[in-house]
Amino acid sequence: MRFVFDGLEKMASTLTRQQYLELYYYMRLNRELEEQMVRLFRQNKIVGGLYSSFGQEAISVGTAYALGPGDWIAPMIRNIGALLVRGFKPRDILTQHMARYTSPTLGKDGTSHFGDLKARHVVSPISMLGDLIPVMTGIAMAGRYLGQKIVTVTWIGDGGTSTGVFHEGLNLAAVQKAPLVLIVENNQWAYSTPVERQVPLKDLADRAKAYGIESAIVDGNDAVAVERTTREAVAHARAGNGPVLIEAKTMRMRGHAQHDAAEYVPKEMFEEWKRRDPLDRYEKFLTDNKLWDAKTKKDIDARIAREIQADVEFAENSPFPPPESAAEGVYCEGCHTVEAEWKRPKEEVMPPRSSVKAEWPRKMFTGNGSQPLPEKTAPAKSKSVKKSARVPVRAKAGR
Amino acid sequence: MPETTYLEAIRQGLGEEMQRDPAVVLIGEDIGVYGGAFKATEGLLERFGWERVIETPISESAIVGAAVGMSYAGLRPVAEMQFIDFIACGFNQITNFAAKSHYRWSAPVPMVLRGPCGGGVHGGPFHSANPEMYFVHTPGLKVVCPATAYDAKGLLKSAIRDNNPVLFFEHKFLYRRVKENLPESDFTVPLGKAVVRREGRDLTIVSYAAMLHASLEAAAELEKEGIDAEVIDLRTLLPLDRETILASVRKTNKLLVVHEDTRTGGIAGEIAAVVTESAFEDLDGPIRRVTSLDTPVPYAPQLEEFFMPNAAKVVAEARELAHY
Repeated sequence: MRFVFDGLEKMASTLTRQQYLELYYYMRLNRELEEQMVRLFRQNKIVGGLYSSFGQEAISVGTAYALGPGDWIAPMIRNIGALLVRGFKPRDILTQHMARYTSPTLGKDGTSHFGDLKARHVVSPISMLGDLIPVMTGIAMAGRYLGQKIVTVTWIGDGGTSTGVFHEGLNLAAVQKAPLVLIVENNQWAYSTPVERQVPLKDLADRAKAYGIESAIVDGNDAVAVERTTREAVAHARAGNGPVLIEAKTMRMRGHAQHDAAEYVPKEMFEEWKRRDPLDRYEKFLTDNKLWDAKTKKDIDARIAREIQADVEFAENSPFPPPESAAEGVYCEGCHTVEAEWKRPKEEVMPPRSSVKAEWPRKMFTGNGSQPLPEKTAPAKSKSVKKSARVPVRAKAGR
Repeated sequence: MPETTYLEAIRQGLGEEMQRDPAVVLIGEDIGVYGGAFKATEGLLERFGWERVIETPISESAIVGAAVGMSYAGLRPVAEMQFIDFIACGFNQITNFAAKSHYRWSAPVPMVLRGPCGGGVHGGPFHSANPEMYFVHTPGLKVVCPATAYDAKGLLKSAIRDNNPVLFFEHKFLYRRVKENLPESDFTVPLGKAVVRREGRDLTIVSYAAMLHASLEAAAELEKEGIDAEVIDLRTLLPLDRETILASVRKTNKLLVVHEDTRTGGIAGEIAAVVTESAFEDLDGPIRRVTSLDTPVPYAPQLEEFFMPNAAKVVAEARELAHY
């Protein structure tokens, strides 16, 4: 599978009008919330750094929108759009950035570093890139073990693909055929380092070939294509065909974080990509396809403005955490229960039903130059001997 | 009934917990068909199948990461490091992902990371490490170092049932050397509780893992000289059982800490700090320590013996302290 959808042009999707409008709502909310946070940053109300996703909203929203409620995500720093789709509110993101006691982490961590294991199935990222890949692989494996038929999704940037754990994680997912979809957001920049100095490949999707997994390339500024491609990839993974890597080509339209003026980016690049702004293009798509009118847009935008305003007020009126709460919560001592959600009979994984012969079956050794010798050692003139002695072509990977 | 070795106790502990709770799964390198480099998981693939005994590529970071993910999904994974030295390859996942998870966002990580540690078997610089203190310095982890077969089994069961990431360091020198009769019934040993292995009046020797046995041997030797040593087995290094140590020091008034870990930054330093903070008035002498040298673990037997503590070195230090 290697498909490049032109979603906006061909409307290659099967979403309802309501769903198309929802996609707009989340992308616009993503954009406006970040604009609001920039204002708060300038007012010194954001305690730490502010990492924004201007220009990448179609990826966060389009990918998360393609998932089912039982599926799991682990966002990266620029994926607050995915958190919104998953049901978190602007107030969760605002209180996180403003270090309030009402934040999902009670002020213990900031930014998009929060999650919800039980209801929303969102894993909090850590700042070290790549580490989410094996973690989400583990959840995918656990989901399969429990009979849940879930898929896990996480995101990484072009820079993050250079880490060792990217390789370890994706390789483990591949040999396990884990239902994992990895979105590589190629936004051209890892802090100040251009992708050309990060990866010697034109397409980061080519990384997938090394793991024998499927991949896709998608225009990351085309929300419809992103949603559609992710939906296909998720179906592929859910069906037990193994992980999929999707490269979404896009552009980081601001600096690495708010402190960074990104003067190292050639001006023309910003100008070129401004013309491909995902929200502008999506609005045009909705208009061209008569999916909305001026009033609908006005209503949605007004609703977003109201919601953000209310949540900014909530965040600003929220207390900071009591200092002594810094000492709490290092260990889980009876505060949480750990329970697996079984969707298959447990007896299947218990003896005697779980018992197996502990040996590697000969038939699995068909690749990598190790295939059975022909059974008969008769003179080698028949085609069959020749054929069986040939090293089989490896499973088709990539395109 | 034959005595059970430390290694067999671990194997039993794993098997019994897997039988008790289908959420317990194993993940690691060569742990299935081969049964693990030290055979700690031998026979478990036959009983519990491929889904519960998961063989992985050589990817320590991915092993730890996958175990963290499984624990988020409600499983209780037990991951194996083939030799504990390789835990360094999974360091980030342990210290930044697993350890901080509950504190940061209230997500418990009920996983165990176990593997063979320790020297005395001529493993050289990469198969002999005692890396416990990297992790004792990491809030959010629990660090367990059993010294006996009973504790190996009982502590492992507690570790698997615990809702926090537990690092379980099995001393490979003890695998087949220590053994005892174990109860047939299900038993656990609580995490975070030290135990007095030998009562005495003249000085306290605090130790753990293989060095507990060197310390007990030393105590028997000291007894012949009329020195009555109390010997404490820490069992868990994090959280540290300060009370048991302090109670003993208040009784004997002298403290010797013995560990196989290297000297600088070893647990002896922390224990010395705890005792001087809370029982300074009770001390009748300096706190002493017998440890390995501040070097990597050398390969040649002559070098390794010089590097590591042993009963004779403990006796010499304890004798001096007793007569202080």
